[in-house]
Amino acid sequence: MTTITPYRSTARNARDGFGQLLHAEWTKFRTVRGWVIGMILAVLVTGGLGVLIGKSTVPSCSVQTSSGQSGPVQHGAACGAPAYPLGPGGEPVQDQFYFVRQPLAGNGSITVRVTSLTGRFPGQGAGSAPVVVPWSKAGIIMKDGTRQGSGYAAMMVTGGNGVRMQWNYTGDTPGLPGRVSAAGPRWLRLSRDGDTITGYDSADGTHWTRVGAVALGGLPSTVQAGLFVTSPDAATYSSSLGSGTVNNNPTAATAVFDHVSRTGRWPASAWTGDYLQGPTSMGISGYTPGYHQVAGRFTVTGSGDIAPLIAGALNDGPAITVRDYLLGTFAGLIAVAVVAAMFMTAEYRRGLIRTTLAASPHRGRVLAAKAIVIGSAAFVAGLAAAAAAVLLATEVARGNGSSVFPEPWPTELRIIAGTAALIAVAAVFTLAIATMVRRSAAAILIVIVTIVIPFVLSAPPGIPASLTEWLLRVTPAAAFALQQPAPQYYQVQASYIPSSGFFPLAPWTGFAVLCGWTALALVLAAYLLRRRDA
Amino acid sequence: MNAPAAGLTAVGPGQARYGRETLHAEWTKLRTVASTGWLLLAAAALTIGVSAAVDAAAACPASGCQADPAKLSLTGVQAGQAIVVIIAVLAVSNEYSTGMIRITLAAMPRRLAVLAAKATLIAGLVLTVSAVAVLACVLAGRLILPGHGFTAAHGYLLLSLSRGPDLRAACGSVLYLALIALLSLGVATAVRETAVAIGLVLGLLYVFPVVTSAISNQHWQRHLEQIGPMTAGLYIQATASLRSLPLTPWQGLGVLALWAAGALTLGGLVFRFRDA
Repeated sequence: MTTITPYRSTARNARDGFGQLLHAEWTKFRTVRGWVIGMILAVLVTGGLGVLIGKSTVPSCSVQTSSGQSGPVQHGAACGAPAYPLGPGGEPVQDQFYFVRQPLAGNGSITVRVTSLTGRFPGQGAGSAPVVVPWSKAGIIMKDGTRQGSGYAAMMVTGGNGVRMQWNYTGDTPGLPGRVSAAGPRWLRLSRDGDTITGYDSADGTHWTRVGAVALGGLPSTVQAGLFVTSPDAATYSSSLGSGTVNNNPTAATAVFDHVSRTGRWPASAWTGDYLQGPTSMGISGYTPGYHQVAGRFTVTGSGDIAPLIAGALNDGPAITVRDYLLGTFAGLIAVAVVAAMFMTAEYRRGLIRTTLAASPHRGRVLAAKAIVIGSAAFVAGLAAAAAAVLLATEVARGNGSSVFPEPWPTELRIIAGTAALIAVAAVFTLAIATMVRRSAAAILIVIVTIVIPFVLSAPPGIPASLTEWLLRVTPAAAFALQQPAPQYYQVQASYIPSSGFFPLAPWTGFAVLCGWTALALVLAAYLLRRRDA
Repeated sequence: MNAPAAGLTAVGPGQARYGRETLHAEWTKLRTVASTGWLLLAAAALTIGVSAAVDAAAACPASGCQADPAKLSLTGVQAGQAIVVIIAVLAVSNEYSTGMIRITLAAMPRRLAVLAAKATLIAGLVLTVSAVAVLACVLAGRLILPGHGFTAAHGYLLLSLSRGPDLRAACGSVLYLALIALLSLGVATAVRETAVAIGLVLGLLYVFPVVTSAISNQHWQRHLEQIGPMTAGLYIQATASLRSLPLTPWQGLGVLALWAAGALTLGGLVFRFRDA
């Protein structure tokens, strides 16, 4: 009786862990030359288009006027010099108002009563109907000097938004609602204690409500404090296919103040009237900013705004933003989507899927490994593409002497990393769709219709914004919100439309929409991959 | 390889009949693939749907607007063309992905005749379907736009194919879609891979309008718009302020025709001289 020893291979058992699966999928990806070329192409196309856009910017000193368009605001600054004052937060701001001021040394407060705020379009006859734009502002302000863009805190009545406390251009808190009138005056108070300025309002001068308190870092011991009046442009927007137009009508506002009382040390003996203007100010004909004082009653007229400038071709801020450099993202996205679709469909076309599933029968894990490999590769390609586009284009545009919307570095980082994340998740989305439909044409069709077309329709002005905003809310293209260069401000009226870089969803909310669609697609794909014969 | 084919044609069908049979064979292939019908339907639906949505979202307030109603109600062409691209690409690349191309070329060794037959059929199909879609878009514009402020009071007449510019915009859009199909066919013949061809054509089409929207240098902007197949081709939809266009509408469509001719030539050359 001989015992037969069963054959046993001398080779070591291969492990079938997830690491091996990842390695296998990575090998498949990196050994197909066309796919690697596709990823490199995505970087080159996105970066190249960014450089092209940067290269084509015009210096801030030359202003174009096209037919029917009032064009960007004329900048008085010399070529290459920054054309906009920057606020304490580094954002470009408008700092133009009529200021009736005195220095305030150390702590103290100022209280006034506002009894009237009226407005008009300068240049029109006295008989024209008075117009108060909703964000005409009149009130009291404490400001770090009269330098353009210096920090401040202010209490004000507005044309249509009640009492507000505003500070450092971007801060805004509501106070008492309603419009100011002789019958319904508004009392305002600002009080300084160290770096903290507190605002109060009242309807009768006896019952006071605290509206807000803000800490202004680095406030000097002596600030300029007093009355101010300003009134922003009344803008009307219209758009046709391929172009948008804006009509900016400067407005002026006049306010009447009385019951001015002060506490603290006010070393000057009289009030000084100043019209603070920035380099972006336009000359307005037919009205004179100024003030006159009769028996404790101040009548002040001013025009302009104390507010952040808004980016975009139709707005008063710099027309070009970092987001414009990344408009080529969609072309890079198409290249990555083509690779991601083929990463799955090539398995079916060549019959490789049977070998893959024989080697690793856990189908869900195969899908996960593929998603990780294509997502990581797309993230790296997206990061290289976005970084190249932004950094190179910024360099080229600076060489051109053009003024570009300045970004704080966290925003720039979010835009670059967000673009990479957008491309990575879109690649996984494409992979999941390709797993479901198994044909590259159908997969690409779905990705094009859901991501690329909504973006393409929203990028140039002309398509009604209500439609493109809806598309950018519900489709996976919502993730392009990650590229939004600047926040929307409730307190500034402007053209907040997708073609100017303003998306209907917040950056990470938009990204979550894409992630949600991708998760749904992955679950369906995993289900179908397990249930169907390969 | 050429010798037996030449021998066969000597005793086989004549020139005209050969062409007809190539056409018939290609038609059978196109007709019997389920995706062709569905995609044509989807192209029409997307064109009409997007156009109607844009009509419904447009507004011409009493203060006036500068919109071009013909262009507005034909916006869907910009979306529908994506599916036209896919139809045309699949007509070629499907043969490569299934290996059918070897049978096709064994049966019909004259490769340029095969390509010509495909081009004729695809152009014909797209012309027919897009004519229906564009008519529906014009109809939608007639029905929807007057309710959104595009009335005679604001200086807008009802869209009508009896007026020269509107007729040009409508017919031109139909031709535009057919030329897009031919451009895609040429690219697909050159690259053979479905996904790559679709990506290339759509990238080429959409990159010009997106990039020119951000370019503030008007000199560059005009030049890029003039050479882009989509930007130039869509000038045909303009009915207002033609003087501000960098090219006349028909010149614009001509630019697209040049792109299509170039792509078909490239595809034809590659097809003729490369192994299948």
